[in-house]
Amino acid sequence: MSLVFLLLILLLGGLLAWLAERVSTELPRWVALASIVTALLVLLYSVSGLPAGSLQALPDPTSGSSWLIHLQRDWMPRFGIGFELALDGLSLLLIVLTLVLGLIAVASSWVEIEFKPGLFHANILWTLAGVSGVFLALDLLLFFLFWEVMLIPMYLLIAIWGHENKAYAAMKFFIFTQVSGLLMLLSIIALAWQGYVASGNFSFSYFALLGLSFEGSLGFWVMLGFFLAFTVKLPAFPFHSWLPDAHTQAPTAGSVLLAGILLKTGAYGLLRFCIPLFPEASQQFAPVALGLGAAGVIYGAVLAFAQTDFKRLVAYSSVSHMGFVLLGLYAWNTLALQGAIVQMLAHGLSTAALFMLAGALQQRLHSRDMRQMGGLWQSMPRMGACALFFAVASLGLPGLGNFVAEFLVLLGLFAVNPWLTAVAALGLISAAIYSLWMIQQTFQGALQGSSADAASGSGEHPRLLQDFGGREMTTMAAMMIALLWLGLYPQPLLDLALPVVESLQALVAANPSIVGVIP
Amino acid sequence: MTGTGLLALAPLLVLGAGAIVLMLQIAFHRNVRVASLLALGIFIAAAVVVIPALEVSPLPVTPLLQADPMALLFSAVFCLAGAATTVLSVGYMTRRDEQPEEYFLLLLLSTLGACVLAYSAHLASLLLGMELLTVALYALIAYPDKSVLPLEAASKYLVLSAAATATTLFGFALLYTLTGTLEFAAMGPQLAQLPADVPYGNQLLPVAALLVLAGMGFKLSLAPFHMWTPDVYQGAPSPVTGFLASVSKAAIFLAVLRWLLQADLFLYQGLLQCAAIIAILSMLGGNLLALRQSNIKRMLAYSSIAHMGYLLIILVASANIDHRALATEAALYYLIAYIVTTLAAFGTLTIMGGQQGEREMVELQDVSGLFWRQPLLACLMLVALLSLAGIPLTAGFIAKFYIVTAAVSGYHWGLLGALVIGSGIGIYYYLRVVFYMSRRDDISQTQMKAAGGWPVHILACVLLAIIVLLGTVPQPLMAYLRLIT
Repeated sequence: MSLVFLLLILLLGGLLAWLAERVSTELPRWVALASIVTALLVLLYSVSGLPAGSLQALPDPTSGSSWLIHLQRDWMPRFGIGFELALDGLSLLLIVLTLVLGLIAVASSWVEIEFKPGLFHANILWTLAGVSGVFLALDLLLFFLFWEVMLIPMYLLIAIWGHENKAYAAMKFFIFTQVSGLLMLLSIIALAWQGYVASGNFSFSYFALLGLSFEGSLGFWVMLGFFLAFTVKLPAFPFHSWLPDAHTQAPTAGSVLLAGILLKTGAYGLLRFCIPLFPEASQQFAPVALGLGAAGVIYGAVLAFAQTDFKRLVAYSSVSHMGFVLLGLYAWNTLALQGAIVQMLAHGLSTAALFMLAGALQQRLHSRDMRQMGGLWQSMPRMGACALFFAVASLGLPGLGNFVAEFLVLLGLFAVNPWLTAVAALGLISAAIYSLWMIQQTFQGALQGSSADAASGSGEHPRLLQDFGGREMTTMAAMMIALLWLGLYPQPLLDLALPVVESLQALVAANPSIVGVIP
Repeated sequence: MTGTGLLALAPLLVLGAGAIVLMLQIAFHRNVRVASLLALGIFIAAAVVVIPALEVSPLPVTPLLQADPMALLFSAVFCLAGAATTVLSVGYMTRRDEQPEEYFLLLLLSTLGACVLAYSAHLASLLLGMELLTVALYALIAYPDKSVLPLEAASKYLVLSAAATATTLFGFALLYTLTGTLEFAAMGPQLAQLPADVPYGNQLLPVAALLVLAGMGFKLSLAPFHMWTPDVYQGAPSPVTGFLASVSKAAIFLAVLRWLLQADLFLYQGLLQCAAIIAILSMLGGNLLALRQSNIKRMLAYSSIAHMGYLLIILVASANIDHRALATEAALYYLIAYIVTTLAAFGTLTIMGGQQGEREMVELQDVSGLFWRQPLLACLMLVALLSLAGIPLTAGFIAKFYIVTAAVSGYHWGLLGALVIGSGIGIYYYLRVVFYMSRRDDISQTQMKAAGGWPVHILACVLLAIIVLLGTVPQPLMAYLRLIT
């Protein structure tokens, strides 16, 4: 039941935050903060109550009862649709990430939102609830429901509080994800129908649908529906074009949530549903998926270098980094999978921090154009230091989380496909180029453009540049510590993910067609 | 006719008797409040008598009508939709016309026609119900006689609809020549042994089928018979548009579905192929044409063409005898969800029109900033649009889920492809309204008051609750529909 409480706290917290707006404009922020902290405490309490050793135990992939927490109720028995939630090591990690980034999102927009703060925070909490539901749901229709429902508050966040071109960005975001989601719905129903034909009973439960066999090429097409929905969200190379627009136009908190956790739902879906449900079709498809991953790594990096908009640069770098996740998932060995999981967490933290910095810059300079910036280190040394830290984290400096992740992925991938590994490794080099170039454009060099105006207190927006204060530094420091921990001592985390990775590998054998060297 | 027979027909009798009472009441004392309250009472009474009538069903009453649970369920739904339209109309009509009493009488007659369609077991009753429904609608559309648009819409609807009826009637006549019967159930076996003993049977049957298909396609506004829809939707008063879009289409679809099922017309592959082509044309055409509309009523008109196309998928899917029950269940759920959602959408437009005088507030500009001016109305509109777009937690999602399941059961991948493309296009124009509603630059615009006061607001809350409940706890209705199909 604790999982239901978790979702309910976020949903009702959102409602409360909306109502709290009538009392004062400050209150919704505190309500949002309190709801997220309570949800986090509920989660930690229920996990701490588990018998010792259960976090290390290998869950049985074909039955929910061996998972950490499992809840199953009837919802629409007519079609065998249940309200089924379950938690294992992987979902635990991702939900903690979701809630922590939720806190950061609230903190990052603490003073930014003046218009209807209640509804704004309600939408943040509802997005968090939707994403948590995605990470928990094990009934495929329930999963789809959360998948779709998390889009609406996100759409409203972009459409109401976004920047100059918000209508276009919000619409593009929604249409991309919705159409691919519809294909997934088609696939879910086709899958359940196969189950019905095979067993005579409707069921949408993950456990009932594992290991179905398909005749002819049907399995491949059904798998493709899932794959498309998840890679649009990830986003992988040809389906990424919604992402730069949505990230750029969203308010800071929206960008943090989008980059930090919404993208991870795509990776989670591939890992949990797409590959295990269709082992054969996925193996057949793996070379294409790996190719898309490598293409995304290079393409994202090259386009990131060409950007002049700070947020767009970070958005394209996300495309590049999420390419590593796709590579790790379809390499499908222990090293690569663990790498992909660590990459989800590390990318979530580092990109969220960069978007927060972008938001802070925009608030001070009223511009995201890097050609207008430069020399900001002089007036804002603390902010510059933070930016440098997260830029080098994102380029994969050893000692920080992103390095561990990308290194593990490349190591695992090398055993499968050395040539693609070589191509993807180029992504690391180009990441160094665009990240350092970004720092150079914004914080180093001479004062110019609007930053010069702002620093001298003249020009269109006369206002002294204000460095990061205590609130901002606290959130930045928290993310820095987390990234350092991921980079220096990731073992506890790898241990937590290991049982899940192993049980998934028990479902889907290593890919014979692409395995060159078995590690 | 026995007592049980009368009981089984109770909703029709209550509506018919009620129409007479209301007519007398208006003749003796003209008063909008009394007339509307009386109409509301009759609608609710007709819906309530369905409960005792269910106990004697299923029962064939005369060769024309059959009182099975499906007929009774939809009679109740139509009566409640009529009641909702009454509540919405009171404020709207009193502002635009001095003598709106007969309006409620016409509404009763139109609903009676819809209920007859739900009961029909015979082409004669199908035609009677259809004509009662549409003839009353002509007058309803033209009721606000001070403006031009309603008159234009009514004459357009009158001419085209009468032509469609004539076409259908000709088709019926040819079918009668071939089979010698107009009863749904008897028609199937007669048609099955056709070519042997009827001259020209092979040539006449496709002609008859095409004539009926064209006529029904017109009434359901399926592409390519959809030309009238946007103009009539735009010109008719908003509450009437809501009634026309929901009840009239659902009633006709229901009657056609029963005819196809009972006469087992699924044997004719050509007919199914025609239906599939019409479905694809409607889904794509309706959605594409809706893209460029800035008038919300016209946009909803085109979207209704697309929705009828989605419904037609079910008709094609019910060809497979093994999964026919599932397909029928899907159609019934979709119809109920569609009625509620459409009423909610047009209801919002009616209420929003508020006290702005002659002009209806139906342009995209008019809803700008509605979220901040009238949150309840905006929420109702938001939920209705999300339901039309098929987003989860709304009735429309479960309805779409049903359609996809029915289509997957017959492996109709082409139709499903058109459904996905159509829905993808649909999201754009539904969301555009949401975007306009959430715009924040027009907040300072003059505050407009909602029309109708508390009854209208209660209705808005009820519709909102039904849409969300049908989307979150659909199991009771699912179980009931499964029971009766």
